[in-house]
Amino acid sequence: MLYIETWKRVLIILACAAGLLLAAPNLFYDRVETHNDAVKAIEARGATPELEADLAEWPSWLPSGLVNLGLDLRGGAHLLAEVQTGDVYAARMDALWPEVRDTLRAERDTIGTIRRQPSASDTLRIRISQPENMAQALDAVRALAQPIQTLSGVGESDIDVTASGDEIVVTLSDAEKLASDDRTVRQALEIIRRRIDEAGTREPTIQRQGSDRILIQVPGVGSAAELKEIIGTTAQLTFSRVINRTTDPDTRAGTGNKLVPALDEEGTYYVIESAPVVTGEDLVDAQPAFDQNGSPAVNFRFNPHGARRFGEYTALNIGSPFAIVLDDEVISAPVIQSHIPGGSGIITGNFTVEESTDLAVLLRAGALPAELTFLEERTIGPELGQDSIEAGKIATMVAFAAVLVFMFLSYGMFGIFANIALIINVGLIFGLLSMIGATLTLPGIAGIVLTVGMAVDANVLVFERIREELKTAKGPSRAIQLGYEKALSAILDANITTFITAVILFAIGSGPVRGFSITLGLGIITSVFTAIFVTRLMIVMWFERRRPKTLEV
Amino acid sequence: MRLRLVPEITSLDFFSRSKLWLGLSSILIVASLVSFFSMGLNFGIDFRGGTTIRTESAQTVDIGVYRGAIDALGLGDVTITEVFDPTFGPDQNVAMIRIQAQEGEESASAEMVALVEGALAEAIPDIQFVSVESVGPKVSGELVQTAITAVALAIGAVLIYIWLRFEWQFALGAVVALVHDVVLTIGIFSIVQIRFDLAIIAALLTIVGYSLNDTVVVFDRVRENLRKFKQMTLKEVLNLSINETLSRTLMTSVTTLLALISLFVLGGDVIRGFVFAMIWGVVVGTYSSVFVASTILLYLGVKRDWSKPDKGAGTQFANVDA
Repeated sequence: MLYIETWKRVLIILACAAGLLLAAPNLFYDRVETHNDAVKAIEARGATPELEADLAEWPSWLPSGLVNLGLDLRGGAHLLAEVQTGDVYAARMDALWPEVRDTLRAERDTIGTIRRQPSASDTLRIRISQPENMAQALDAVRALAQPIQTLSGVGESDIDVTASGDEIVVTLSDAEKLASDDRTVRQALEIIRRRIDEAGTREPTIQRQGSDRILIQVPGVGSAAELKEIIGTTAQLTFSRVINRTTDPDTRAGTGNKLVPALDEEGTYYVIESAPVVTGEDLVDAQPAFDQNGSPAVNFRFNPHGARRFGEYTALNIGSPFAIVLDDEVISAPVIQSHIPGGSGIITGNFTVEESTDLAVLLRAGALPAELTFLEERTIGPELGQDSIEAGKIATMVAFAAVLVFMFLSYGMFGIFANIALIINVGLIFGLLSMIGATLTLPGIAGIVLTVGMAVDANVLVFERIREELKTAKGPSRAIQLGYEKALSAILDANITTFITAVILFAIGSGPVRGFSITLGLGIITSVFTAIFVTRLMIVMWFERRRPKTLEV
Repeated sequence: MRLRLVPEITSLDFFSRSKLWLGLSSILIVASLVSFFSMGLNFGIDFRGGTTIRTESAQTVDIGVYRGAIDALGLGDVTITEVFDPTFGPDQNVAMIRIQAQEGEESASAEMVALVEGALAEAIPDIQFVSVESVGPKVSGELVQTAITAVALAIGAVLIYIWLRFEWQFALGAVVALVHDVVLTIGIFSIVQIRFDLAIIAALLTIVGYSLNDTVVVFDRVRENLRKFKQMTLKEVLNLSINETLSRTLMTSVTTLLALISLFVLGGDVIRGFVFAMIWGVVVGTYSSVFVASTILLYLGVKRDWSKPDKGAGTQFANVDA
């Protein structure tokens, strides 16, 4: 008998209604977007009358989830960056050297004099003059190793110390390299995120991909080059002791020092000490400001550690210059006038207001721990995206209309049921996409159009089966029931296999391919749901009212 | 009066010329492979690295001017094509410029793009760069790897699923049909030299899904009829099953094609290649599920001594009820 229990009917109708309600905001895309932006702005900075007006564009009690538009639809920039995690090894080795030196010096009586040898940047080579006592030297250096936490819990140490002839070779252990790489990428990710957030763009995607890559997608940014400028600057700030000032670019800096150019004065160079007094890592805040003369500058403040070091240094060096160095260029080299104890100061230079604002942003966000290389860059202009949306809309509507007409011509009344189900189906896809905050891409639209074509398949399977069952003349009610029962295994097998491919696409693909797989996969779920439950409910309700003696499908 | 694509009852013999169909498919496969190995595919930058620039200008595109501007930079292999599309406005003259990956560069090159843009802007004052995409050779190599893995995995997963739900002969028949479809699709891309990029892989996998969809529906009916008509020969059962599902097979193909064709005509040039692959796949997929998959099944034969009574033939999921 054709019968669906009341609670099931209610559940089916509720599911459809919920899906359509979630999809509704997409019909008023601009208004809802204004509303959502206003909500965020009010949370961040408090309400203003304009924001309140924007907020009123869309009632707050309605769902306000939107389908995100992918870069190919909205325009924007896409970057795939690889973090040069190896950069960090060299810095680690340089930091280790003084410690090793001091340790070995204490053993001078047995191992003799020591000398650092030139080597690859991720290794430290030290020659000792009495190699017969190498074992002792190795033990001393090994004592410096720190245990690291690994997943296996086995106490591995962070450095490998071996002997090679009369040299001690120190490298980072593999486990430490892995841990260090992971830290570097996570740090880079965080800094990129902060810089992009500072620039204030909407819905950026910043994801880690694989072990050392970061995917950055920012809608609304003019070009990949602009985006690179926002994230790519290293912004390594140091405060260093000035040894000498010169105009000769070939000046020998001497050990432990380096020669860097001045940013503003062409042809002026400074010899500074390589080891900085304080670095940008000790900064807690930086704000654009103006100096006493009214020209743009940047105010900064150190954390307690930085403040103490800076205070001690200025107290001891009154009257001598020190350099503020950004990315190996001297921004300014003021003479220390007095002891600066509070840990705050001001950087002046020939800045424009914009430059001082940018510098403050960069300093606040911190320096990238390692260099980035860009493996993939894409810029999509907003007009192209708009064109694609328009074309996609028209194509979807025409596709829709064609399928609706065709279904009606083929199946009459039942065709109309299938058509209503199809409309609900597309609504549900959008509802689900909005709910999970998925991104709609151009191939994603193609996925929806394909779903429109294929969603009727399940209905067609059922209707064709009903036709067949009608031939054996068991009465309309029985034919409908048998039609559904017997078509079910074909529907499920056919859709599960397609679903498998959608899952594989999702797991392996990236970007637009992934967008496509999401709409395809959701489309399969909703079309099976609408065919098995929604169309059936409509047919059953229609059947209960009309009780037809014969049936034409 | 209802629209019927096929008469209500058909009894076509699909296997009377099975050799002809298999021969035709074999020829097409060989042609595809020959084309693939001799002409190769027109790989997009996703797969071989390089840069594409899409330009737009109110002036008609004079390829010579574009080429003159870019050739002076000495960037190696540069292709310039004008793009036509019915959705473009009268002042929309679009060109696609593709520049090979530059030697010795691991990453995408921003300086090179800036150079090209500068040179073009000098030659064509109102030119706009609506999209610029660069992929470094490192990534493109990996993308090829990923694409092949994806297609292989999909086919493997499907093989296992059908094997579990049916018999191994069915699985083999379905997979042969699948491979047939994929090879023919790659073949047509090679012959027509349409750009083959990452989205086409998505299309290929959808074709895998679609072709299966069709094959599985036919097979499902075969399984049911094998249990129902135990005295019939396999050939008769196959013919009966295909005839019974023929109406549905064509209905679904037509509705899908209606949707795809509207996208092909109206959806803009950016996804045209992608949609073309799907249209081709639907046509080939429908053909292969009737003529290739079933024929393979016929040659392989199936085990027919069902040891268990057919409790719920074809209705394993009948307990999923509304």
